[in-house]
Formats: sequence, C-alpha cells, structure tokens
Amino acid sequence: MSLDSNIPEGPLAEKWTKYKFDLKLVNPANKRKYDIIVVGTGLAGAAAAASFGELGYNVKAFFYQDSARRAHSIAAQGGINAAKNYTNDGDSVFRLFYDTIKGGDYRSREANVYRLAEVSNNIIDQCVAQGVPFAREYGGLLDNRSFGGAQVSRTFYARGQTGQQLLLGAYSALSRQVASGKVTLFPRTEMLDVVLVDGKARGIVTRNMITGKVESHSAHVVVLATGGYGNVFFLSTMAMGCNASAVWRAHKKGAFFGNPSFTQIHPTCIPVHGDQQSKLTLMSESLRNDGRVWVPKTKEIAEKLRAGGMKPTEIPEEDRDYYLERIYPSFGNLVPRDVASRNAKNVCDEGRGVGETGLAVFLDFRDAIERDGVDVIKAKYGNLFQMYEKIVDDNPYETPMMIYPAIHYTMGGLWVDYNLMTTIPGLYATGECNFSDHGANRLGASALMQGLADGYFVIPYTIGDYLAGMPYDKVSTDHPEFQKAEKELKERIDKLLNINGSKTVDYFHKQLGHIMWEKCGMSRNAQGLKEAKEEIRKLREEYWKDVKVLGVNEELNMTLEKALRVADFMELAELMVDDALDRKESCGGHFREESKTPEGEAKRDDKNFAYVSAWEYTGEGKPEVLHKEELVFENVELTQRSYK
Amino acid sequence: MEKGRTYTLKVWRQPNADAKGAFKNYKVEDISPGSSFLEMLDILNDQLSEKGEDPVHFDHDCREGICGMCSLFINGRPHGPDEEITVCQLHMRVFKDGTKITIEPWRANAFPVIKDLVVDRSAFDRIVQAGGFISVNTGAADDANSIPIPKVNADLAMDAAACIGCGACVAVCKNASAMLFTAAKVSQLALLPQGDIERKERAMKMVAQMDAEGFGACTNTGACSAECPKSIDLSVIARMNREYFTAKITT
Repeated sequence: MSLDSNIPEGPLAEKWTKYKFDLKLVNPANKRKYDIIVVGTGLAGAAAAASFGELGYNVKAFFYQDSARRAHSIAAQGGINAAKNYTNDGDSVFRLFYDTIKGGDYRSREANVYRLAEVSNNIIDQCVAQGVPFAREYGGLLDNRSFGGAQVSRTFYARGQTGQQLLLGAYSALSRQVASGKVTLFPRTEMLDVVLVDGKARGIVTRNMITGKVESHSAHVVVLATGGYGNVFFLSTMAMGCNASAVWRAHKKGAFFGNPSFTQIHPTCIPVHGDQQSKLTLMSESLRNDGRVWVPKTKEIAEKLRAGGMKPTEIPEEDRDYYLERIYPSFGNLVPRDVASRNAKNVCDEGRGVGETGLAVFLDFRDAIERDGVDVIKAKYGNLFQMYEKIVDDNPYETPMMIYPAIHYTMGGLWVDYNLMTTIPGLYATGECNFSDHGANRLGASALMQGLADGYFVIPYTIGDYLAGMPYDKVSTDHPEFQKAEKELKERIDKLLNINGSKTVDYFHKQLGHIMWEKCGMSRNAQGLKEAKEEIRKLREEYWKDVKVLGVNEELNMTLEKALRVADFMELAELMVDDALDRKESCGGHFREESKTPEGEAKRDDKNFAYVSAWEYTGEGKPEVLHKEELVFENVELTQRSYK
Repeated sequence: MEKGRTYTLKVWRQPNADAKGAFKNYKVEDISPGSSFLEMLDILNDQLSEKGEDPVHFDHDCREGICGMCSLFINGRPHGPDEEITVCQLHMRVFKDGTKITIEPWRANAFPVIKDLVVDRSAFDRIVQAGGFISVNTGAADDANSIPIPKVNADLAMDAAACIGCGACVAVCKNASAMLFTAAKVSQLALLPQGDIERKERAMKMVAQMDAEGFGACTNTGACSAECPKSIDLSVIARMNREYFTAKITT
C-alpha cells in the first residue's frame, strides 16, 4: 500500500480555498440519510459532532466520561493562538504557519499547517459567538498575551482556564444538537474496536462501562477524536482515563500510525513526590518569564540539601548554577520546552538535583520579587503559586519552587491525509489523536487551535466529499464482521478476568512507564531502545500470565477497564520504541544521543530523515512495516535551531 | 522524610443502583502526607485487590481540579475539609494521623448511585440541553471584535462560567437544589450580548428542566456557594431569578 497525502496542487495560500470548492457536496436533504459515529468529546470531537448535527447528519457521540463536558481538553490552561493581528504587531497567517512549522522542527506538512493557521481566525469568531468569555481590555475588545516560540502577541485566553471555556463552548453547541435530536450521546461507553466491511470503516464495538454490555454500532463513517497516548508512561499530565485503545485498535485494523515516538515533555511540572504518586501536575510555562532555574554547583551541596542539612535559601550566590542562563545566554530561562527539559535531566543525572528524590530543579522568584515587588508577582502568578502551595506545602514566595519535566502531549498519532482520513477508508482521526500538524514538537497554545480547527472547520467539509460517494444503505450490526469483532472483544475480556494472577494492573502499568521514561523518554540511544523493546516484550508476556483483574464484566469494573487499556499501551509502547530506533536523528522532542552537535545540542538530519514515519501493522508477533512520507518544503527554509 | 500515617476509613459500599448500600471500615497504613486523597484511595484499592476484594469505585479523571469528575462527600463536606478545591486536590496532610475519615457519595434524588461512590449526574447535562447554549451554527459567526463587551461584564461572565459541573452545590444543599449550577450558566449567557436574544426562553426552559429532574427548591442558605470549589457567587442565583421572573411576566 502506498501513502497518498492528497495535498492539493497550487500555491500554498490558495490550496484550501480551491480544494474546498472542488470537494463533492451532499445535498442538504440527503444528509439525514447518513450516520456518523464520533468517538471522544474533547475539543475536536465535540466540535465535529456539533457541526455534523447542524449540517443535518445523524450523529452518535461516544465517550468514557460521565459527561461530554469532562474530556481532558478542559485542563489546558494557557490559551489558543490565532493570526488575528489585533495587536498590530506584524502577525499574519503566514507568520503563524511559519512559527508552527519551525517550532515543530520541520517534521510536519506545509499544506496542513498553513490550513491550520488560515482557519485559526474563524475559531476565535465562532467561540465568541458561542459565549466563550475570553479576556477583554477596558475598551471591550479581546485581549492577547505572548507565548513561547513566537515574537508576536497572538494568544487568546480565558484566565488560566482557556481549555475549559473552549470545551464548554463546544459542549454547549453539542448539547443544542442533542436537544434537536441530531446527536445521540453515549456516556460511560468505551470504544474497543473498529469494524470494517468491504474494506471501509462501518462501525465500532463498544463496552458499556456500567453494565459491561458489549455492543455494536453501525454508521457510514467513523471519526476518532480520542486524544493522546501520554499515559503509556504511567505518570503524565494526562487525565487518568486517557488511553490509546481506540487508535491502537484502529491501527491493528489497518490504519497506519504516524511518528509514534514523538512525545512532548513539558519542563515545568511539579516533581514526583514518591511511589504513591498517580499523576503529574503542570505549572504554566509562563512562570519561566520571571523565575530563574538553578541547581547547586556541586554534588556535595546538593546532597547536603537533600539530606535536610541546609535550606535552599542558605546557598550563597557563588554556589548556585543558573545553568540555562549559563549555557544559553541569549534565550536563558526561555529556551523551548525540549531544551529546558533535557538540561534539567542532565543536571539531575550529574547528581545535582534537589528535592527528596534528587529529581527536581529550582525555579526561583527571589530576584523577580526583589525587582518588581511581591504584589506584581502575586498579580501575575498568584493562582499558580497557590496551586503549588496546596500540592507541595511550600510557600514559593519564600523558598524556590521545585520543578521537573513530565510527559505532556503526543505529537504522534494515526497517520491522516489532507482530508484527515486514515489509511482505512471512512475512518478519520482529528485533534491530538492524529499526527498531523505539530511535527516533532508542539508550540504552546497550539493544541486547542488544532482540535477546534479539525472539528469545526476541516472535517465538516472533507467528510462530505467521502459521503457523497457512499450509498445510503446501512450495514446491520448482525453483519458477520460486527459479530466477529464482538466475539473477539468478549474473549479478550474473559481472558483478562480469568488469568487470576498475582500482580495488579497498576503494577504492570508502572513497570511499563518506568521502562519508557528511562529508555524512550527525554533522551534515547540505540542500546537503551533495544533493551526497552526486550523488556516490554517480557512484561507483556508476564502480563497475560500473571495479571490480577477482579470483579465481573457485568457491572462497573474500573480494574477491567484499566486492564484492557494497559494491554494496548504495552503494544503501542513497542511501536514507539521501534520508531525511536529508526529515527537516528534528533529533532524536536526526540533526542537521540548519537545525533548531537559538539556542544551536545540536538542535531537534525534533513538529508536522511525529512519524512513522516507511517507504520503498518502486519499481524500478531510480526514486525511492523515502515512507510515513509517524504516531506517537501517549498515555502520555508530549513534551519538548525539555536538558542545560544 | 516524615513517616507514613495511618487512617481508618468508613466508606460507603453499594454494588449497584438497585442494591442496598452500607458503610464498611478499612484501615490504611503508611500514607505519605504529600499524597493526595485519591492516591490514598488508590493505595486502599491496591490492598483490596491483593486480598481479592472488589476495589472501592469512585469517579475521577483529570486529577487537577478542572474536569469536575471527582465527587466525594468527606467528613460531611463535599470535596472534604479544605477550601476552594476538588477532592483530587485534597492532600492527606490535612488529616491528622490516626483519625477516622468518612467517605460518602453525593446524595440527591436527582443523582442516583451507580456503584459505591459513583453517581449519575446526567441530570446536569439535560439542564444544559434545555437551553444552556447560544444558537449559532459553525461558520455563522461575525468577526470576534465586532461586538465590544464591557470588561466588567466579560469578567462577571467568566466568574460564572468557571463552574465545573461537579455537583458539590447539590450535594451540600439540604434541599438538593441545583440552583447554583443552573444559575451560573444562565448568568454567563445573560451577561453577554451574544446571549441576549434567547435569554427569556433559556431561563424558563432551564428552570423547568431543573424542576423536572427532581432537584429541590432554593431557600437561600448559601451552602452551595460556600462549598463550591470554584467559588461561584450566590449573586448568580439572584440574577437567574430576575431573568426567570422577567421572562414570566413579559412573555
């Protein structure tokens, strides 16, 4: 099978407009003859489901939470980018496009990213019309703030809760369609397989999480909007329920997986406190505007500090190493996420880390408070300082904060073409669950933009083109393909419930997370990756022999839910390792120790690796086949990033 | 590092919606004061799993206080004994070593128990479906800056929009009233010019749905606002009453 990205011909700025005109349309009266399944109700899923309903399609929306309003898009804090140029500081669609391509370290498609920048403005208009209370200035117009990776002020925000407000906007649009009868909601329902009939996606198999009932749902087309897979690492900033099962099951049915190893590690999270920890909390990137990052100059001081022999505030200036300012004098504490994360790891590896575990660095506001006064700092970061104090029980006004990097986002995902269709006809992937727009590194305030762009302004157009070529006939859920998928799922559930082993699901999940974090995390090398692959295989074998899943299928059983997810995480983890092993260059969040400059910085290899890796599943126990989509850059010049 | 603490937990167990529930006592040991309340429950569940006993089911997801999924009634207070937080942000350092902690589900007729501490809050979704939106189709919007909105109104709308839909307001109310939840949405949209066209219909339909779901009446005791993890102000209820009565007498 060959990859066709279906990128339209013509100049970059005209592609999408022309393409929209060329797409086939479904007559308004005929839309009601088509059924669409949407899985996930985060920004991408809720926006798509609401828009499909408005167009007149019959929509079924599935999600594992108890309400569509709770998807993890809700946790995004900072903001959403758009090229409005309301601030008159030189922004444009092209500049947003350029920043996003460069920020992604030149590993995304020009045409997709340009379209994203182009529709970014429509998103802001749409959200304001829905009643999203964006921050405003005294004149009543919308306010903007600055964010990393850009020299213009283009980020719209709603206090520190932008994701929440955008999601509630999409949820309200969705609720309106539920009331009108065009959308049916399936809460507490987990999609556990996709069903193909004659090579096309025609439905899904789900498990009702309250009754345990395995059910089939048929449609003309299936849209996945199921988010990222950061929970492969056990500890991440993702919600506890975020999982990869939907995309992984789609992958096993024939959807190629794009750039699985591209994961983003955010530098400013609250450090791990011990082995009872279940989840990591992000502190906004904006803190690096005023906080100074440092560790003790020597291992000996760090050890004394960790043992409680002295306080951080007692360390004299000459014994502090402000390592980001020292190594990157021009960007200092504001280097991009991947660079800040790697350097934190380096100093901790040297034994100079702080905190009880030695896996933390200081983020110090002492100098900012001296310079601006405590009131100014409080006005800027008061809510974040309060959140930190609630969790850590330290007062960041008096003693430096401690931070450490954590898994935050996955740029990789199902491979999609320009239409957002996977390699399975009729199966689409939107938002974080596709690989498309962020290359090897995502810039801040871009995730919300992509989710809503895909859901509101891209897929409602492209799906019509596909449906226009589909007969109206429905496939019965009695079809042998549905029956087969149901049977397989029931067998998988039975198998898990009957292993009756000695170790908990969490035990295996933690082991998996440990392997991935150590060997396929912030820094990767061939030997470590090969070891990881072996270790994951062994763990997987052990899992299917020795995991303990209690309870029965026929009632709410959170252990069983988790057991199904962890089984899929383990398979996906192996593919992530394969992909990291194949990509011998360093780019964005993917740092291969073998590919670095003499100063130890990441070194990209455009000659050999300017491609998207798209992996094809070929069967149980067989190696996956790598397909390469060459990336062509006609509008930007590829440069090596430097922040020195 | 401070040594681990020990607690006795008195937990509501109920296998399913139809079964009769009861409290059951458990002991947890070696709990780090830095652990969150939900991590403490994770540890309890690990212990139960090892003994072959069904884990305690509770709702949770983001574990950073914004999704609104977690919903535990701890020692007589929704989200436990700390201010302006959800259960997932509650930490064990708040509880003295050796104490007994009582954990119950949200209790309201409109929120039936599904299992243990998990309840069904779909009534909230139906209230929003009754009118908690502005009728604008995708693509129909004008430029975002075409209607300026006074900052003070935008800020008040944001204050109301901060609701996470957790249901603590209902759980703490002696009448199990959903006024704070409903009023927060009505207020947000009433404060914005975009929401003006449908304001009367919205207030009437949402209130009617709230009543139909079986939530109780409001007697203005203010416990809802006091226990709200996002500090939604009681004034939203006054605003909704105004919206509702204005709609009643003018339509």
